[in-house]
Amino acid sequence: MEEYIIELSRLTKKFMEKEALCGIDLKIKPKEFVTLLGPSGCGKTTTLRIIGGFEEPTAGDVIFEGKQINEVPPYQRQINTVFQKYALFPHLNVFDNIAFGLRLKKLDQGAIEEKVAYMLKLVNLEGFGKRKVQSLSGGQQQRVAIARALVNEPKVLLLDEPLGALDLKLRKEMQLELKNMQQRVGITFIYVTHDQEEALTMSDRVVVMSEGEIQQIGTPEDIYNEPVNRFVADFIGEGNILDGIMEEDFKVKIEGRSFTCIDKGFGSNEVVEVLVRPEDIQIVEANKGMLKGVVESVVFKGVHYEILVRDESEMTWMIHDIHMVKVGQAIGMEIGPDAIHIMKKVG
Amino acid sequence: MKKQWLSVPYGIWALVFSIAPILIIAVYSFCSRSAYGNIIYEFTAENYGKFLEPIYINVLWRSVLLATQSTLACFILGYPMAMIIAKSTIKKRNIMVMLFVLPLWTNFLLRTYAWMVLLRDQGVINQFLIYIGIIDEPLKLLYSHNAVLLGMVYNFLPFMVLPIYSVLSKLDNSLVEAAEDLGAPPWQVFLKVIFPLSLPGVISGAIMVFMPAVSTFVISDLLGGGQTVLLGNLIQNQFLVARNWQFGSAISMIMIIMILITMGITSKYQGEGGGRQLW
Repeated sequence: MEEYIIELSRLTKKFMEKEALCGIDLKIKPKEFVTLLGPSGCGKTTTLRIIGGFEEPTAGDVIFEGKQINEVPPYQRQINTVFQKYALFPHLNVFDNIAFGLRLKKLDQGAIEEKVAYMLKLVNLEGFGKRKVQSLSGGQQQRVAIARALVNEPKVLLLDEPLGALDLKLRKEMQLELKNMQQRVGITFIYVTHDQEEALTMSDRVVVMSEGEIQQIGTPEDIYNEPVNRFVADFIGEGNILDGIMEEDFKVKIEGRSFTCIDKGFGSNEVVEVLVRPEDIQIVEANKGMLKGVVESVVFKGVHYEILVRDESEMTWMIHDIHMVKVGQAIGMEIGPDAIHIMKKVG
Repeated sequence: MKKQWLSVPYGIWALVFSIAPILIIAVYSFCSRSAYGNIIYEFTAENYGKFLEPIYINVLWRSVLLATQSTLACFILGYPMAMIIAKSTIKKRNIMVMLFVLPLWTNFLLRTYAWMVLLRDQGVINQFLIYIGIIDEPLKLLYSHNAVLLGMVYNFLPFMVLPIYSVLSKLDNSLVEAAEDLGAPPWQVFLKVIFPLSLPGVISGAIMVFMPAVSTFVISDLLGGGQTVLLGNLIQNQFLVARNWQFGSAISMIMIIMILITMGITSKYQGEGGGRQLW
């Protein structure tokens, strides 16, 4: 058995001279849940469509279980897709939608009924077989789309923003359900989304993309805690991103002040970018912190307050804290060494 | 607030020019006939009884047969055409649709006369075939069943192509991709997804070809040369030549009922959306 089920190597795609993908390298292991994350137009959907066989790469290779499959049409790939707007067949009922792939494989009626029934149970839609797909809610249509793909027992399931059309609460339920399902059926999932929270919740590994290039590949913890550049830091979660100068290992200078950090390996006096997550800044009494500032605004966000503070050198910091402070109040801020993350400056 | 009064002009129009004439025809069809052919307002069903005579039943049969044949021929020719147009880029699409509609801008009679010029014994087609030596004697192309069929297909083809094209061009391409994704090779994609979803267009097209084909009298007159008598010719004849308005009205009523039945049957198979906007 191959170590990787899908390998993309130097994958490039041009649409009318415009580069949508510029050399994507990605290796995906069997049974992995990988998410392609990025803003719209970053090339994530194009990558997915190339894996599915709906687009041919301009250059580079798609390798499936060790074999190059660039020109293999979609109907000959052991890969199935859950489409963005579900793409359920409106002229067929729920049962016939799910049975579509099985009938093409000429399975006998008994086997088809058994498999479809199992799938309807898996996606919690028992007894819905005879229903018209138009009569289902968005969430139910979503489940039919997943069942229709999974029933074919693909080796890889591609999901193109499948939860985009659902409301927040349903989306969160479906996230957990999808993750659950993936673990039960043991199929490789490649998931495309622009929702960073969705990516962090479900994935084994996240691939952050921007403008046709991969910015970072890593576990959700990695990309949240150790983003490699400003783009990733900015796109995943919220953060204070500041310019700094590395004085020596474990010491960085921000706005003329020296801070202790836990990063090393940068050149001395190298210009870097510094990320401080808002939840990592502690509010202390005004004269006790490393920095002193005045509260500019406080917004209640449910679990925490989002607090903007202007410090003595006129810099604004964003802080997340569960304790309320008052606008105009003078406070102190404490930033521990592990709250500071140093990134290479690009461009 | 519904602006119902906006429908008043149309209501009057329909009343005066559609509903009233049909009622008049219905009344005439049940009237008796004097010895000189005048209308006597006295109830009788003999006009309908007369239609059951073999000679007229034959005309009905021929009309339905020709209309069915031309509908089928239009479908076989038109469906691939509609697919080609629907699959082209928008710019090409508009040009192709325009080329298709262009002949409709010239007079219908003129177009049919043009076919007479092409098909007659000294016509372009026969002369060309003789010139290149395929035949010695001119073929009898004009004034035949096939000439009428050709005329119908030529004139009514756009009415088949446009509704099918309209449905196909709105077909969500992700459905085609979904079918491919689930393992369907191109011909299966067509059979299981594209064709079933285009049925509303096919049905609209079929009705739009069948109805004028079953009632035409100009095409059969000009290209059939009086050899091919259709319902339309029969009606025209009863009104203008035989001066038997009662019988003509009865045939008209039978045709209206036939068309209503056809539409009733087909509308059952016409699902939601697609194609219906043409009606």
